[in-house]
Amino acid sequence: MCKECGCGLGGGDVKIGGHSHDYVHDHDHRHHESEHKHSHGSKTLSLNLSLLEKNDRLAEQNRSFFRAKKLLVLNVVSSPGSGKTTFIRETAAKLAGRLRLGVIVGDLATDNDAARLRTAGVPVVQITTGTVCHLDADMVSKAAAQLDLDKLDVLLIENVGNLVCPADYDLGEDLRVVLLSVTEGEDKPLKYPPMFHSAHVAVVTKGDMAAAAGFDRELALQNLERVSHHARIFELSAKTGYGMKAWLDFLAEQRAN
Amino acid sequence: MHEVSIMESAVRMAVDAAKSAGASRVLALRLRVGTLSGAVPEALRFAFDVVCRDTIVEGASLEMESVAAAGWCPVCRAEFQCADFISECPRCHNPNGELRRGRELEIASVETN
Repeated sequence: MCKECGCGLGGGDVKIGGHSHDYVHDHDHRHHESEHKHSHGSKTLSLNLSLLEKNDRLAEQNRSFFRAKKLLVLNVVSSPGSGKTTFIRETAAKLAGRLRLGVIVGDLATDNDAARLRTAGVPVVQITTGTVCHLDADMVSKAAAQLDLDKLDVLLIENVGNLVCPADYDLGEDLRVVLLSVTEGEDKPLKYPPMFHSAHVAVVTKGDMAAAAGFDRELALQNLERVSHHARIFELSAKTGYGMKAWLDFLAEQRAN
Repeated sequence: MHEVSIMESAVRMAVDAAKSAGASRVLALRLRVGTLSGAVPEALRFAFDVVCRDTIVEGASLEMESVAAAGWCPVCRAEFQCADFISECPRCHNPNGELRRGRELEIASVETN
């Protein structure tokens, strides 16, 4: 189990590209307080700050930096086992020669996903988060510093497999891409609405297994459209290549804009 | 969700604000919590009791203002109440409502000595 649902402060065990970082969420921030004296001697300090203010600010810095580098940045989120790594590997392989991709991959432990992605010949930085169940803007900024961004067109960030906590952490991405595999059940969007609602793109993965899993496509799409009504929806199988062309064309078009 | 780290963040912000204002104790902490923020008020309260121990916030009262979710319908050009993330306008049934309020997770103010 992850400590305090893993969004652990304290940290200390985040590794980025194999190097340990003494990782502490620090909370120095600008105060916008105004003081208000009470007759009984107490004072009210008005703060009006988001509890996620520090991450939001770092995310905006990342976004400006990535835009200046003309990078299209995607934050890919899903439950564990929805096929993020295979989807990213196939995206990278099929875009070779068309767009240059780099990947940042987050996991609690192991660099297995990074090793799998390297087989597609793309530059990869692995973040192992230890107990932290999401990536945050600071980790992404440190990991991005290990990539030669001037040689990339698209940066794909594979978040930790978790549909809850990553919803609250902006990384500075252009597009949030949520994956829903056909084996997970059609009601996932209804069960995790904050994540699905925040996504710009929803991808139904493992389409090759739909029949075996008894996947009710109409119901899944209906649920997706209810919660992620503004999201672009793609249906594909990274394994067979079915539906990949529409996704790749979309990426190229987004990069051009 | 991650109420412990959210409260830890709130307590740290309260401690920083109190110290920079020259106060030695925080007497009350006020949060704004949206009904769609994903944070559960009972869990926040439970976490608060734990994370304020041995800080200048220990013993302070915790007040939470609940912010009801509201959507904006671009067709009716009016707000509507929404109970969840399914933001269909109750008047014209346009499904493309925009969530205006309800995701707040903010520290509003702290009261110090």
